[in-house]
Amino acid sequence: MEKLSEMKAIRAAYGEALVALGAENKRVVVLDADLSHATMTLNFSRQYPKRFFNAGIAEANMVCMAAGLSTMGFVPFCSSFAIFGAGRAYEQVRNSVAYPHFNVKLAMTHAGITLGEDGGSHQAIEDMALMRVIPGMTVVVPCDANETKKAVFAAATINGPVYLRLARPATRVFEQNMSFTLGKANVMRSGTDIVLFACGIMVATAMECAAALSQHGISVAVVNIHTVKPIDRVCVLKWAQRCKRVVTMEEHSVIGGLGDAVSDVLLGNGNFAFTKIGVQDRFGQSGKPEMLLAEYGLDTAGSLARIKTLLG
Amino acid sequence: MNCLELEKMAVTVRRDILTMICSAGSGHPGGSLSMVELLVATYCTQMHVDPKHPDAPERDRFVLSKGHAAPCYYAVLGELGFFDKAEFKNFRQLHSILQGHPDVKKVPGIDASTGSLGQGVSIAVGMALGAKAAGKNMKVYTILGDGELQEGQVCEACTAAAHYKLDNLTVMIDNNGLQIDGTNDEVMSLGNLHTRFETFGLNVIELPDGNDMQAVVYALALPTIPGKPKCILAHTTKGKGVSFMENQVSWHGRAPSAEELKVALKELGDGKIE
Repeated sequence: MEKLSEMKAIRAAYGEALVALGAENKRVVVLDADLSHATMTLNFSRQYPKRFFNAGIAEANMVCMAAGLSTMGFVPFCSSFAIFGAGRAYEQVRNSVAYPHFNVKLAMTHAGITLGEDGGSHQAIEDMALMRVIPGMTVVVPCDANETKKAVFAAATINGPVYLRLARPATRVFEQNMSFTLGKANVMRSGTDIVLFACGIMVATAMECAAALSQHGISVAVVNIHTVKPIDRVCVLKWAQRCKRVVTMEEHSVIGGLGDAVSDVLLGNGNFAFTKIGVQDRFGQSGKPEMLLAEYGLDTAGSLARIKTLLG
Repeated sequence: MNCLELEKMAVTVRRDILTMICSAGSGHPGGSLSMVELLVATYCTQMHVDPKHPDAPERDRFVLSKGHAAPCYYAVLGELGFFDKAEFKNFRQLHSILQGHPDVKKVPGIDASTGSLGQGVSIAVGMALGAKAAGKNMKVYTILGDGELQEGQVCEACTAAAHYKLDNLTVMIDNNGLQIDGTNDEVMSLGNLHTRFETFGLNVIELPDGNDMQAVVYALALPTIPGKPKCILAHTTKGKGVSFMENQVSWHGRAPSAEELKVALKELGDGKIE
């Protein structure tokens, strides 16, 4: 499972996955808010122009139109940047999609600080928290291009709202044959001394950290929590209780995201050394993605430094 | 239904609205009473719906964008037989299907959950778009309040409705002139609404009296202009039908007492047209 290969952007995989899904499911329609070149829904719009609806720069209306389309038997995928789809249109998602439990898929790209140069105004560091707190919302954060494709297809198979959190930059692609079941975490690597629970692009970082630590004789487990909600409680408990040292890794605020989801599972279930790697309650800023990851302590070096605080 | 029968139903609906709100001890009588003719005429003269098959895929759709007027919606659906009218007494109570604002998961015949203003019209646009995309002839109707027009999302929705040439969509404005904090003009002036909706690209039909059943029926029946969504701009009276509620801001969101209900029902009569 540790073999790493090519690099590919998760959003590029999203664009390809939509086209493939659209070919096999004619009920799939796609909406975008004037960002189809960036979210990669452009591919779908060219292939299936009659099933693509540009909402213009009007995210609130886009989300509610998707709600309406879902009641007519369609499976709408809505895309924009995470800051707008989960942020600006939050109450539309909450009241027009989730409250009636409509079958709308919110696939929001450019999540987290790796959006990069556009800066803090556009970097959603709280979207997982916003979506996770809504009753009945499924929240999925794929770790690579392959998992993104599987997540898109899986989202279309369940009836109800799904939030897909998609990153902008090219990230490492893990093996094609990794299994994917919504709500079931993937154990990427076994270990006994410490467990790293990660999601999204931080899964690759976790694997690098694990490899580095194993050089020093530390046995590190890495668990990919691609479905942050509903979280795989059994898997989280099992590995936390086995390792007793727990680290969560997310490209998101440490408030309300994966770290909190994992800590909710562990609460009252034993004593753990626990630390959360993520954006420490501050806004993002402009910069190159890799520089930002370093600045916010989310690169391999920064992550290792925090992990080592648990190793004594 | 002929016009007399529709007017009789309107009286029954008004009685239901007031009884429901009085029994709940809260709710929105003013804006429920002002849109009675719009809703009764829409359901009884235009929409293809079947109370026995409320989820029939090819039914016409209605979205109450001004969701706080739920009592009017429930009264019409109840009178049409979508659910047992005995439910009226449970309005706004724990475990009731009749929530304070319409809930699509709970009430047969309701097509969208609404209440957060500005969103229902967008949902209706999505439905109309969906009907077109599916190549179906279903029609979609929505009613907005005038205060609701202050929500920016209404502009987004109307822009999209015109862009996608949704001539299967009818947007009705219940222009009763009042909102919670006062008149529209005191709170946030709306300007010339006829011009506003025409500018968006909608086919505007203005009704000087939106509580005149015959006029509403006529406006709804007017042929659509191909490629243009229809907008019925209905000037209505808030609290219509109950003298002490008419044009009174204070009756936007308060329930009549048992005594006030008695007076109101007496004024409305029993719906028998001489």
